[in-house]
Amino acid sequence: MAELLNDRDLKFLLYEFLDTAGLSSRARYGEQSRDVFDAVLDTACAIAQEHFAAHNAEGDANEPEFDGTVVHMIAQTKTAWDAFAQAGFLAAHWDIEEGGLQLPEVVLRAAMAFFCSANAATTGYPFLTIGAANLLRAFGTPQQKKLYLAPMGDGRYAGTMALTEPGQGSALGDIKTYAVAQEDDGSGSGSYRIFGQKMFISGGDQNLTENIVHMVLARVKGDPQGVKGISLFIVPKRLPNPDGSPGERNDVALAGLLHKMGWRNTTSTVLSFGEKQGAVGYLLGKRGSGLGHMFQMMNEARIGVGLFGACIAYRAYLLSLEYARERAQGRLPSCKDPLSPQVKLIQHADIRRLLLAQKSIAEGALALCLFASSLVEDQHSHPDSACRTQAGHLLEFLTPIVKSWCGKQGCLSNDMAIQVLGGSGYTRDYPLEQLYRDQRLNPIHEGAEGIHGLDLLGRKVVMLDGACYRAFRASIAATLAEAAPYAALQPLQAVLERSVAKLDEITAGLIELQKNDPDRGLANATIYLDAAGRIVASWIWLKQAVIASACLVKNPGSDEAFYAGKIQAARYYIEWELPGASVSFDLLAQNNAIPLDMRDEWF
Amino acid sequence: MKILVPVKRVVDYNVKVRVKADGTGVDLANVKMSMNPFDEIAIEEAVRLREAGIAKEVIAVSCGVAACQETLRTAMAIGADRSILVESDVDLQPLAVAKLIKAVAAKEQPQIVIFGKQAIDDDANQTGQMFAALMGWPQATFASKVVVSGDTASVTREIDGGAETLEFKLPMVITTDLRLNEPRYATLPNIMKAKKKQLDVLKPADLGVDVTPRLTTLKVSEPPKRGAGIKVADVKDLVAKLKNEAKVI
Ligand SMILES: Cc1cc2nc3c(=O)[nH]c(=O)nc-3n(C[C@H](O)[C@H](O)[C@H](O)COP(=O)(O)OP(=O)(O)OC[C@H]3O[C@@H](n4cnc5c(N)ncnc54)[C@H](O)[C@@H]3O)c2cc1C
Repeated sequence: MAELLNDRDLKFLLYEFLDTAGLSSRARYGEQSRDVFDAVLDTACAIAQEHFAAHNAEGDANEPEFDGTVVHMIAQTKTAWDAFAQAGFLAAHWDIEEGGLQLPEVVLRAAMAFFCSANAATTGYPFLTIGAANLLRAFGTPQQKKLYLAPMGDGRYAGTMALTEPGQGSALGDIKTYAVAQEDDGSGSGSYRIFGQKMFISGGDQNLTENIVHMVLARVKGDPQGVKGISLFIVPKRLPNPDGSPGERNDVALAGLLHKMGWRNTTSTVLSFGEKQGAVGYLLGKRGSGLGHMFQMMNEARIGVGLFGACIAYRAYLLSLEYARERAQGRLPSCKDPLSPQVKLIQHADIRRLLLAQKSIAEGALALCLFASSLVEDQHSHPDSACRTQAGHLLEFLTPIVKSWCGKQGCLSNDMAIQVLGGSGYTRDYPLEQLYRDQRLNPIHEGAEGIHGLDLLGRKVVMLDGACYRAFRASIAATLAEAAPYAALQPLQAVLERSVAKLDEITAGLIELQKNDPDRGLANATIYLDAAGRIVASWIWLKQAVIASACLVKNPGSDEAFYAGKIQAARYYIEWELPGASVSFDLLAQNNAIPLDMRDEWF
Repeated sequence: MKILVPVKRVVDYNVKVRVKADGTGVDLANVKMSMNPFDEIAIEEAVRLREAGIAKEVIAVSCGVAACQETLRTAMAIGADRSILVESDVDLQPLAVAKLIKAVAAKEQPQIVIFGKQAIDDDANQTGQMFAALMGWPQATFASKVVVSGDTASVTREIDGGAETLEFKLPMVITTDLRLNEPRYATLPNIMKAKKKQLDVLKPADLGVDVTPRLTTLKVSEPPKRGAGIKVADVKDLVAKLKNEAKVI
């Protein structure tokens, strides 16, 4: 079986590109060090190989079924869930007082990368549970934490996020699910009855855990329309008894399962709340702040979706690389001798292009996601408060890009992986076609691509008086300065510098236009997102190339192939893919309105 | 009773190794390394014996470069109580390792030493046997079941025809086969705990052992590519082909 990730690359990203080992100087991580992190990653890799990768194809071929009473799924899913939980991954990053190990965020996400690469669909369950538990940790009352947190940490309960409804997806401000406050039963827990339908809820029902904790967005009856009226509720599938054991069924019914293109082993459910007397729900956090609270989980989930995009591309890249090194086919244009042995696919320039493009996307995306996770880390645990703020600002700007660039480019990368295999890539004998289908979800869930374009151009660039944009610009400027001493990187530095200057100009223009004409100003937000994504990816590659160059200067000859590969991929991305941004910039500079002006009746 | 478990750091079993172009060995640059899978089974068995109250202490020992400390930490996260690294940059061959373990055993006085039956990098399948010979101890190789009671052990061994069960008197050597057990994972809480366990580092010179290699590698090459299969008409045809063409019977 091929590897799930390139171990050398992961170590490069964690310990050379990022200073993960340095985290042990922070009080929170004083007990930890690189050998602990490496051991955690080894366990992740082993469980991902044995219990996740092994049933990826089988889960795809045998999607979960609902017989009207219970959901059936292949048995390996439960074994995988149990192995993940028993190893301690669900609660690893929690505080010691919460029963966790205080594992750094970036190490947790690096560990998750193995699972995402091995089997995205089965990884969906722990991924959502970690997110839901984080919401409880952030906003739960001591009593709520007491009831739900421990079983979500040891794998007895799973979690979901229930936002989407049959009628509402992107525009959550208009959701219809509502909550009715109950007369206080004296417990002070402030229970509500929830009524409404939710759709596309991943893991909304399954046979893995004895209970499921739904994090549900609903509007308390009488609260204002729009975002300000939305609250967040804990709605368990079974109402926990005071001792924490799951009790009677709540009024939450599985109305049906959806049948999908990929991620088949993750159940996608339609859930009915309150078909009878109303589902019992408990307010989590502040009434009316539900969407804001949920955004905490969504921001984290967005980096997580980026990571799925990165890792699904990464796996396909490694598989196609292995294939290209083994399959002999044809001869080079210069060879006319039919008796000469055929060359391996990797000897063909066009195949190397396909592989290099994949490398630039897969490794670039993994680097970007881990970088974002390190910002989440810094935002919380950096000893310097100015650095914490700066990390938060940069993260705000990068989140829509991390989410979108990895998924969108990931789709292109998975497409190229199939191309490397030719006809074999199109058959079900190889995992490439499944990875391609799995990847296709990432530009849709956690906010479709178009929504992230609006988020970036409509909110993030102007947020806090432009502080988030400035944090991003300062970070790029620092990398550009670091690249200056290396002659081989100077051309890359120059191209990127020009592109960033152009981005400044375009951004300023579009901010102005939005003030007078928001519809026009945001009409092309998605191509703005695409161009910004290319610039961010180029920056991440230049950062890697600077480190690689420094290592080659410091220890010439050591690990040369690895570092040379990094530099070549940076050159490829900046010389071949960054120019795509110019096309978008031209359209954006003209405020080109061809799609906007197209009329419904002209189609 | 103490149990000593030697563990080796090897190329991870998921890695597809590539022979170096100059034929001097396999390319180890940047490949993932982990504990030899048979040694994981050995640690697991020792830990189970301790959990059953039969052994008091499990000591993992590794011979090799400084990075073997990681392997020892894994052994301690699986459950070994403490560990010893005999650190050396020399290419350690089975006889050298057997001698080093002998020196460690002289200090620690274990009643059982559990080796993996072989290491998946060079597949030598020698170290346990050489160690048993140096100690003059009985050896139960390819174990698939171990039952210890008092100063004897009953070990089921995998043999060509199936399995055999033999009685041994302690102290003894066991080498593990795949079916012996399914090793547990190093869980995250146990990884954290392992960090606090004792790890001593010694040098071969401290133990008075000469580890100079006795064998030289002339050349390493890829195994020949497997040709396409053919269909045979019947058993007679098969036997004839095995005799005359493949010349294996
Ligand atoms: C496999 C899967 C798993 C999912 N898991 C969950 C889950 O666990 N929990 C959950 O709550 N939801 C989940 N979802 C739902 C997912 O988040 C939504 O599908 C997504 O937010 C888009 O909403 P929608 O499908 O209603 O599409 P719509 O909102 O109808 O959007 C359709 C298209 O229109 C575009 N669009 C919409 N509004 C605008 C606008 N204002 N400006 C410009 N373009 C716009 C979008 O970009 C999109 O391309 C999941 C979906 C899938 C497919």
